[in-house]
Order: sequence, then C-alpha cells, then structure tokens
Amino acid sequence: MADPNQLPNNYYEDLRVLQATDFTLVELTLYLDTHPDDLEALKQFNSAAQKSTGLRDAFEKQYGPLRQFGHSYSAYPWQWNKVPWPWQV
Amino acid sequence: MPTYRKWFYPFISPFDPCPPLTPVSYETPVQLYLGFQPAGMEQFSPVQALAHGTLWPGLYTPYTNPYLEKRREV
Amino acid sequence: MWYYEKKLQYPVRVSTCNPTLAKYLIEQYGGADGELAAALRYLNQRYTIPDQVIGLLNDIGTEEFAHLEMIATMVYKLTKDATPEQLKAAGLGAHYVNHGKSLYFENAGGESFTVAHIQSKGDPVADLYEDIAAEEKARSTYQWIINLSDDQGLNDSLGFLREREIVHSQRFREAVELIKEDRTEKKVF
Repeated sequence: MADPNQLPNNYYEDLRVLQATDFTLVELTLYLDTHPDDLEALKQFNSAAQKSTGLRDAFEKQYGPLRQFGHSYSAYPWQWNKVPWPWQV
Repeated sequence: MPTYRKWFYPFISPFDPCPPLTPVSYETPVQLYLGFQPAGMEQFSPVQALAHGTLWPGLYTPYTNPYLEKRREV
Repeated sequence: MWYYEKKLQYPVRVSTCNPTLAKYLIEQYGGADGELAAALRYLNQRYTIPDQVIGLLNDIGTEEFAHLEMIATMVYKLTKDATPEQLKAAGLGAHYVNHGKSLYFENAGGESFTVAHIQSKGDPVADLYEDIAAEEKARSTYQWIINLSDDQGLNDSLGFLREREIVHSQRFREAVELIKEDRTEKKVF
C-alpha cells in the first residue's frame, strides 16, 4: 500500500464503496441460500458480483492487494504484507 | 405493522429498596413477525444497505437505549 | 478452505479514548454468545445438517469471523494507546498483568473462552433452534453494550452488528421452514 502514515484522502471513501457492494453480495448470498429459486435475486447477485470485481481491481491498483493466496496480483516488491492491516486504519 | 419494542409495569412492592424504574422494555424485532421473506421486497441502495446493516428496509429494526425514555417514580 | 480479504466488513470508528468499553466489548469476542462461539457453532453443525441448509450455516459461520475481526478492531483501538494506569482504571489491570495489551478470548468478567456451551446436537431442529437462540442472545448483548456506551462512532458499528443478528435469525427461521417441508412425498401435477 501507499505510505502507511499518509493514506490518500480518497482511501476511506473508496473503501466504503467497495464494502457497500460486497455487503450487498453478503446479503444476497444468505437470501439465496434460503430462496434458491428467486431468479431476480440471482440476476442481481451475478450483476453485483461483476460490479464488485471491477471496483476491487481499481481499488487494488491504487492501494494494494486485498485477496490472499493468488486471488490478487502483486506489484514488486511483494505488497501483501505491507501495512496497514484492516484493524489499523 | 407491529411495534418492535414492548413495555410492561412489573408489580411494585412498598418494600422495594430502590425507587421504581419503569416501565420495563424488551425488543420484539421484525424477524418475529416477517415469516418466510417474500420475493421482491424493496431494497436499500448498496451504500444505504451497508449503513443500515441489511439490504431490505423491511428487515431493518434499529435500536436505541430505552433508559433514555424511562423515569424514576419517586 | 478459506481466503482472507484485507478489509473489514464495515468501517469501525471509535470516537473516544475510553478503554472501559474494551472490557465490555470483549464479551462479544470470547463470551458464550460472542462472535467466536457463533462462528464455531455454525461451521461445526454444517457437517450433519440436512443438505439444503448446509450453505446457510457455512456462509453465516464465515460472516461471523468478519464480525469477530470488527470486535477485535474496536478492542485494539481502545487499548493500544492506553497507559497501564488507564487500563487499571478501566478494570483491565488483571488482564494487563496476564496478557499485556494482547487480545484474549475471554468474557467481560475475565473468564476464558470455553467450547463447553457450543452445543451440537445432531438433530436439525434442535441445532437450528439453538442457532436462532444464539442470534437473539448476541443481539441482546449488543443492546446491553449500547446501553452502557455513549461513544457515537462505536455505537454505529455496534448497531450494524446488531442488525446482522436480526438478519441471521431471520435466515435460520427460514431454514427451519425449509427442513420441515415434506420433500419425500411425490408431488403430482
């Protein structure tokens, strides 16, 4: 990530937008677990998943990888273990 | 629509050591009434859903400190 | 297997330097009705629950770990810059002697976490009713903490977590409806 003591101004807002989209996916996941035949909810889930992928890619380009074990790419040098961790921001 | 907070007045003894703090409240949130969630319920926008802790206004049952509404009967 | 994602589920903001709140919050970290107990309960029950609700237990159990991380974040933020004197005044003197500033799986009374009250009965109705009760107990714990806290930022995050208990309870109630439906009877159209 960028200089750990100097997070860009947009960091918290960008993070919240991603958290919001991913939260919709959490809610739709639990809903679909008990409503597997709701086609409209399923379409919304797939469309939100696509949106989340786009937002996550953009966020990672600016602030570093979010996902572990090869589900995010890393620039050089290895970025994954850089601060800040979620409980530090 | 049901109310999500109920109040009751417990029996008060003349020998109670503290002045009564009544009424007593308890929560009865929406999941007690909704049944199996129907398809197509109105939704919050993603940002609003995050702020409310649920995607559906129909599942939102906020909480506030009930002691702000109680009073001591001296 | 599981993958970690380097973000909280919901932003955690603590407005005031009040380590006493950390002592209360630890109830949801290592208490009987806390987030760790919830995560372990659901992920353990999923092996023997009927197939059509395994996914729900799996997913709610996974979400509970995100909630555990939020609680840990609150405790960490409330204690990391506290002096030993402040911790002592907050009722955390004994905790400090035993654990320093590290988090420990304990309840608000300082009792270590135990799996003894995480039941797994192997009876789908008994297990799902326990899960509904667990969500209602965690919801009450959040209410009692909110009643004790006047930290607006913290209460905002706690309000989010309390609402999640409501949604989880709703889904577990739906799971009971799903498993009691008669699926063995051949339907004739």
